[in-house]
Amino acid sequence: MNGKPLVSIISAGLSKFGKHEGLYAREIFSYAAKEAFDRCPKLEPKRDVKAMFIGHMGEAYEHQGHMGSAAADWSGLLGIPATRTEAACASSGAALRSGIYAVLSGLADIVIVGGVEKMTHRSTAEVTEYLAMASDYPFEQFHGITFPGLFALMATAHMHAYGTTQEHMAKVAVKNHHNASLNPKAHMQKEVALETVLSSKPVAWPLKVYDCSLITDGASCIVLAKPELAKKYTDQPVQIIGSGQASDSIGLYERKSLTSLQSAKTAAKTAYEMAALKPSDIQVAEVHDCFTYVELMSYEDLGFCPVGKSGQLIDSGETQLGGRLPVNTSGGLKAKGHPVGATGTAQTYEIYLQLTGQADRRQVKDAKVGLSHNVGGSGATAAVHIYRGEA
Amino acid sequence: MSTQVPFTIEQFYKFMSQSKLMAGKCAKCGKIHLPPRPICDNCYSTEFTWTEISGKGKLLTYTVIHVAPPQFQALAPYAVGIVQLENGLKLPGMISSVPQEQIKIGMELAIDFKACSAGQTWPQWQRYCFRTA
Repeated sequence: MNGKPLVSIISAGLSKFGKHEGLYAREIFSYAAKEAFDRCPKLEPKRDVKAMFIGHMGEAYEHQGHMGSAAADWSGLLGIPATRTEAACASSGAALRSGIYAVLSGLADIVIVGGVEKMTHRSTAEVTEYLAMASDYPFEQFHGITFPGLFALMATAHMHAYGTTQEHMAKVAVKNHHNASLNPKAHMQKEVALETVLSSKPVAWPLKVYDCSLITDGASCIVLAKPELAKKYTDQPVQIIGSGQASDSIGLYERKSLTSLQSAKTAAKTAYEMAALKPSDIQVAEVHDCFTYVELMSYEDLGFCPVGKSGQLIDSGETQLGGRLPVNTSGGLKAKGHPVGATGTAQTYEIYLQLTGQADRRQVKDAKVGLSHNVGGSGATAAVHIYRGEA
Repeated sequence: MSTQVPFTIEQFYKFMSQSKLMAGKCAKCGKIHLPPRPICDNCYSTEFTWTEISGKGKLLTYTVIHVAPPQFQALAPYAVGIVQLENGLKLPGMISSVPQEQIKIGMELAIDFKACSAGQTWPQWQRYCFRTA
């Protein structure tokens, strides 16, 4: 509980996010793995990588389960233990946590954690149905409550309790689209106007099309090492100094609060305590903006602002690039895209770039401490990680 | 009693088709489970009694769903909400027979056991909804 490294990130890769017509998930993953291998020439993957944990949410998209072994095979690593982790949209946040368990156990000194999803070949109605599988069946899906619907229920409650507005949510979309316009790997590299967001078609009121993250294909791949070995492979490791993961009831209706996620608060508390840091120490964060409201809620759950004040925080501009605490510099799930199984470690990828000074036009100057916040389902899982770059 | 009728979600829906909103009450610690569970998450007891609860309550939050999964597309746009029942427990469900622009947080609603059906092969449970009290 002193900020000591749990594991070191020695390399990272990310496929282009967007539409990969004609590519299968395992093929998309191989591009993320290749980038991670190319970035770290001292790593000999076949010799060094001892285990793999791959986040993948849905068999339904490609009629393909068992993604761990498929990803290992297409990464040229056949033979190593390879396991798919599934925690809905936090599947690769859970993969990262699993990789940390593996390294800390001493069973594997170097492991790959990552994730992949191939979604764009399916219709919006099909994707709506598949994503809803991460929510409660007998009391939510059975009653026609969709995934956007669950977060809309939270947004409505927050608006009623704290006066949060649709404009506050729209500002999250505007900010994250701007950041994505600076990210060559983002799905939608274009700015959007506040009016465009506010006048877009309703999906689940008060959430509209431009409040929703994108249906995207993509993969992410992170190489973790035992901290003592990291410098053998790279001059610029990034240390993971805090890791929290927590569960909550799968049904939103069973929870005490409808305006915050207890899982995220618990995971954050664990991670902050492990890192011996407080919210004001964070210099850059990637948060789970599957819907614009969820970025606002994350500000409160992570302690970036007091409860009920997230609308004021987005209004202040402090979470924009150039602000006190830039959030979702990658463009977030909103505009970089949300290939659900890939998202958790795609957030890690962005923090890795930021803390090693490789984020180009969206670089946060001198960023040394970062945080990622990955949510599964309507909050039945949350994973929060805290990272430190070299001084 | 507990030996006859299992304390399960399926049994909850069977009671629904008899127009009863039934919860399981733990015989050991007294916790009321909605939906019922076979094992108490508080004290791990497996002994329960059925308790009928009021289907009246207040709307805590709501949304109107426009983009629906395939089996609900014919109903869209439709309103869903979470209702806090008189005993404090919560249930989600569709809100029917209330014009969508008149739905307000805090309004009184009551469960309607004979509700809207959407084509479904499994499970063939009766779907309740909420109406004005």
